[in-house]
Amino acid sequence: MSVKTPIYLDFAATCPVDPRVLEAMLPAFTVDYGNAASRTHVFGWRAEEAVERGRAEVAKTIGADPKEITFTSGATESNNLAIKGAAEFLADRGKHIITAVTEHKAVLDTCKYLERRGCDVTYLPVDTQGLVTPAQIAEAIRPDTILVSVMFANNETGVIQPIAEIGALCHERGVLFHTDAVQAFGKVPIDVQAMNIDMMSVSAHKIYGPKGVGALYVRRRRPRVRIAPQIHGGGHERGNRSGTLNVPGIVGFGEAARIAREEMAEESARILALREHLRARLSAEIPHAIVNGTLERHLPGTLNVSFAYVEGESLLMGLKDIAVSSGSACTSASLEPSYVLRAMGLDDELAHSSLRITIGRPTTRDEIDYLADRVKEQVERLREMSPLWEMVQDGIDLSTIEWTPH
Amino acid sequence: MAYSNKVIDHYENPRNVGSLDKDDDDVGTGIVGAPACGDVMKLQIRVEGGVITDAKFKTYGCGSAIASSSLVTEWVKGMSVDEAMKIQNSQIAEELSLPPVKIHCSVLAEDAIKAAIRDYQEKQQKPATEGAAE
Repeated sequence: MSVKTPIYLDFAATCPVDPRVLEAMLPAFTVDYGNAASRTHVFGWRAEEAVERGRAEVAKTIGADPKEITFTSGATESNNLAIKGAAEFLADRGKHIITAVTEHKAVLDTCKYLERRGCDVTYLPVDTQGLVTPAQIAEAIRPDTILVSVMFANNETGVIQPIAEIGALCHERGVLFHTDAVQAFGKVPIDVQAMNIDMMSVSAHKIYGPKGVGALYVRRRRPRVRIAPQIHGGGHERGNRSGTLNVPGIVGFGEAARIAREEMAEESARILALREHLRARLSAEIPHAIVNGTLERHLPGTLNVSFAYVEGESLLMGLKDIAVSSGSACTSASLEPSYVLRAMGLDDELAHSSLRITIGRPTTRDEIDYLADRVKEQVERLREMSPLWEMVQDGIDLSTIEWTPH
Repeated sequence: MAYSNKVIDHYENPRNVGSLDKDDDDVGTGIVGAPACGDVMKLQIRVEGGVITDAKFKTYGCGSAIASSSLVTEWVKGMSVDEAMKIQNSQIAEELSLPPVKIHCSVLAEDAIKAAIRDYQEKQQKPATEGAAE
């Protein structure tokens, strides 16, 4: 078995640009470099055509009309625009927003900002599998509810929410439905019509496109969704988002979306097979390896697993030639373990012990086997060093011990 | 986060991993930290004639926590109990070049050695009070 290290298995964080995407982008830097807003000459017209081709590809990937795509700098901006934009535009109608505790910080922190500005936000809990139910949302909707924002698939666990059911409920109750689909876009089929999605945030760099470009889908018909712009200026993007368009980025985004759409079925089957191979090996070869989040509704390439009695950061340190991430507190600035795993009812200890592995387009079976070998070796080594493992081997129930929290 | 070479060395080649018999009168055991906080250290010393002749540790925690406890076991061997009691977390942090966010790992290691010494001292006092011959 031969693999080239370091190995990248953190595709939920970002992806390399697909060479086909890079090739498509290059002319937009040096040849067709016009400003898409220049209406008076051929450079501008060409740039605008390139942007419109990109827009059409992104729209087609989610079953939208190209006019419903607003380009942004990325999904963080898209989430800000959707939530703040809707809250501001609908301020006269209501001030209540519903979201879930496991959302990305780009949604949670935007909601917290709006709370300080007078909005009411309901943060729905999730079950042990990481799911919110349409029933929870139905119960939380009030007469002044203007927006429901629930992510399509979770970035840490890969768990997919019941989006179509939530969308149907929101439409029935006349409440706007926004979803942060950063992780799901290009990985699983999305149809904004069938799923009754009103606004959706997506990003290019999670689908082998460039960083610094994303989009917000904003429904134009049934209902026509209106949002207040958050960046003012020249009135680009139908007034939704001013600023000179990132033409090379948009060209790359379009090409990345086309490839993701056309190769989705084949690619997701291959990636799912790799993930299942990894899961089978880890489960069979390492005792007390616990998969976090239901695999029944799940992205193909994500696996979040806790190795009890081993702390996540020390495990990452042992996997030094492999790039993965951990829910351990020690890998974050806050020293708090993953809020997503804790919201699912995981013990802090298991949250500290979690590893997130995300498989991508370039991943090979040899790389997966290399990872499984290294994880097994390091978990065994660290457990030999772990006082918790020793206590458990001696038959001590850790929950009966009085610890000294610090 | 980049680790110092010393942290990496202790993480990859931890000194004195293991356990001593906690029921032995010459052994002091300190267990500090909590699983929920992401680190638990168990540090044990064997004391003979007032001198620490052996030390062992087991740590659940990040690389800096493992390195801090490994380093302390190395230091205390050959020290008198009184000398070991004077080890400061700042010395550990300095030796390992711990960044501010990891200072708590060195604090935990200081707590662990002090807890082990106290456990040893309590064990010594018990027979003394029972005997009360003087």
